[in-house]
Amino acid sequence: MSIEIDHVNKHFRDFIAVDNVSLTFREGELTALLGPSGSGKTTLLRIIAGLEQPDTGRIRFHGEDTTDLHVSQRGVGFVFQHYALFKHMSVFQNVAYGLTVRPRRTRPSKAEIRRKVMELLELVQLDWTAHRYPHQLSGGQRQRIALARALAVEPKVLLLDEPFGALDAKVRAELRRWLRRLHDEIHVTSVFVTHDQEEALEVSDRVVVMNKGRVEQDGSPEEVYDHPANPFVYQFLGNVNLFHARVHDGVAKIGDVTLPAPEFEGYQNAPGQAYVRPHEIEVFADRDHDGALHAKVELVSVVGPMVRLELRTDNSEALVHAELPKHRFRALGLQQGGDAWIRPIHSRVFLPDSRVANG
Amino acid sequence: MSIALPRRRVIPGFGLTMGFTLLYLGLVFLIPVGAFLLYTTTMSWETFWNAVTQRQVVASYKLSFGGSLIAATINLVFGALVAWVLVRYRFPGKRLVDALVDLPFALPTAVAGIALVTLYASSGWVGQYLELFGIRVAYTQLGVIVALTYIGLPFVVRTVQPVLEDLEAEWEEASASLGADRLTTVRRVILPALLPALLTGYALAFARALGEYGSVVFISGNLPFRTEITPLLIVAKAEQYDYHGAAAIGTVMLLAAFLMLLVINGLQWWTSRRHG
Repeated sequence: MSIEIDHVNKHFRDFIAVDNVSLTFREGELTALLGPSGSGKTTLLRIIAGLEQPDTGRIRFHGEDTTDLHVSQRGVGFVFQHYALFKHMSVFQNVAYGLTVRPRRTRPSKAEIRRKVMELLELVQLDWTAHRYPHQLSGGQRQRIALARALAVEPKVLLLDEPFGALDAKVRAELRRWLRRLHDEIHVTSVFVTHDQEEALEVSDRVVVMNKGRVEQDGSPEEVYDHPANPFVYQFLGNVNLFHARVHDGVAKIGDVTLPAPEFEGYQNAPGQAYVRPHEIEVFADRDHDGALHAKVELVSVVGPMVRLELRTDNSEALVHAELPKHRFRALGLQQGGDAWIRPIHSRVFLPDSRVANG
Repeated sequence: MSIALPRRRVIPGFGLTMGFTLLYLGLVFLIPVGAFLLYTTTMSWETFWNAVTQRQVVASYKLSFGGSLIAATINLVFGALVAWVLVRYRFPGKRLVDALVDLPFALPTAVAGIALVTLYASSGWVGQYLELFGIRVAYTQLGVIVALTYIGLPFVVRTVQPVLEDLEAEWEEASASLGADRLTTVRRVILPALLPALLTGYALAFARALGEYGSVVFISGNLPFRTEITPLLIVAKAEQYDYHGAAAIGTVMLLAAFLMLLVINGLQWWTSRRHG
């Protein structure tokens, strides 16, 4: 079932939460709504679910207008950040809830409900918890139960509001891989909200980046990461260093370093900002490299297999962050407080009016 | 020799606080109740049994326990409703209404009794219209229930209110997204969550009604066999220097009330146990 969002607006008092958003989620796709807090992603999700009403605009499921349909009639499965499991009900009763509240005419038989619930509990690999109560389960288990409960009503679309937000890092990573596999099995059109770019890039078929109630970019995870549409998306998707650059005849110059920028063919000496990710900076221990800038190593921090450096170049006030594998760092023999030479090997230039080039 | 190894706590003083608790409970509660029970044991079993099974006394038990149960049940329903309105909606004068709920705590019960009798007497503001429908409140058992309802109002409201404030709105949203209509959500999600608090409020309102004296004596008219509550009989016996009779009836009240509160608390424990 596809979801169509047609020019939706929503404001709370004088705060504009969703600003004229139009999007289509294709059938069977798993889409991430990614953005910082206050970007309107959760509000948009709640509008799709029918938990909020848009001020203007329409929501359609598979072409059918559902804007004025009550949430209980929409056929959506909604998973909350804090699970929202009914704590006075056992796991079994929680998952069965959506089936047992149906009017008598359409309610399945007790045996049928039982079969269905156990099937779902097996799907989320928690069939052994059927008679426990939510407070006896861990956070990750609760969220899987919440998901089983949402799936029990056979929703046309599955909506997840920061589903892993309340979990610790390891459980989070496991659960999102599990969600991806689950989605590949059941193929229900799904939208999940997250502020974690890693999560969005890893799990989804498609990423919609939001900021200040607007859609900044909409594309596959690779597209969004490799070809960010604007400086906001670039910065939101990871750490970044900013350099002053000049674009001239299809090349970008950062200091003495020249990087290709074919999109800016025909530009003459235009000032711009070059965005360089920490792993896109080469670090040397000696000066014999073309265009490399001299810098002081101010801080070395080892994070697992990677080493992060904070460097200060001679003519710049801002710190440069670089990242390199530990073995490479050892081979260079760099010291905190010592000298280093750095050179960007890849950059992305944005002119003040946000036109884009690859380098 | 210590029973359990003392654990280091951020705020020490177990010995001091526990000692004070025992002393306090002893002075204000256990010693008076104990003395009272001790006094009861000085009478013979026959005297005791005769005192507590007089027909007039048995009639008063029925009114006291029955009336208190009915009043507490009325308060359970409407107290929950008041709490719901105070938590869920914003309206002008909300703070005033919130403060008014506590008034039955503060107002001398005699004042309440006189006010109620003035209102509900057959010439009173409310009473004269009820009279048209053949309903009499003042000097009837209905009047007793009205008074007991009045003084028990704050208990359910004040116990349910904080629980309702903590109730996650997400539960209602989850229930609705799973296809439940509003009534089903209230019945299957909200009420079970409120049940322990409702039962606590119910127990408190019941206990308060059982012990009430001041407001009831004004509105009931104190007709033997009809509108006499047990506390009134106890006072009447004490005034006639029949201390044994008063103590015997008091003991029955004490035991019965204790048993009923125990049952309600047991229910409350049983429902809250599953909530984690």
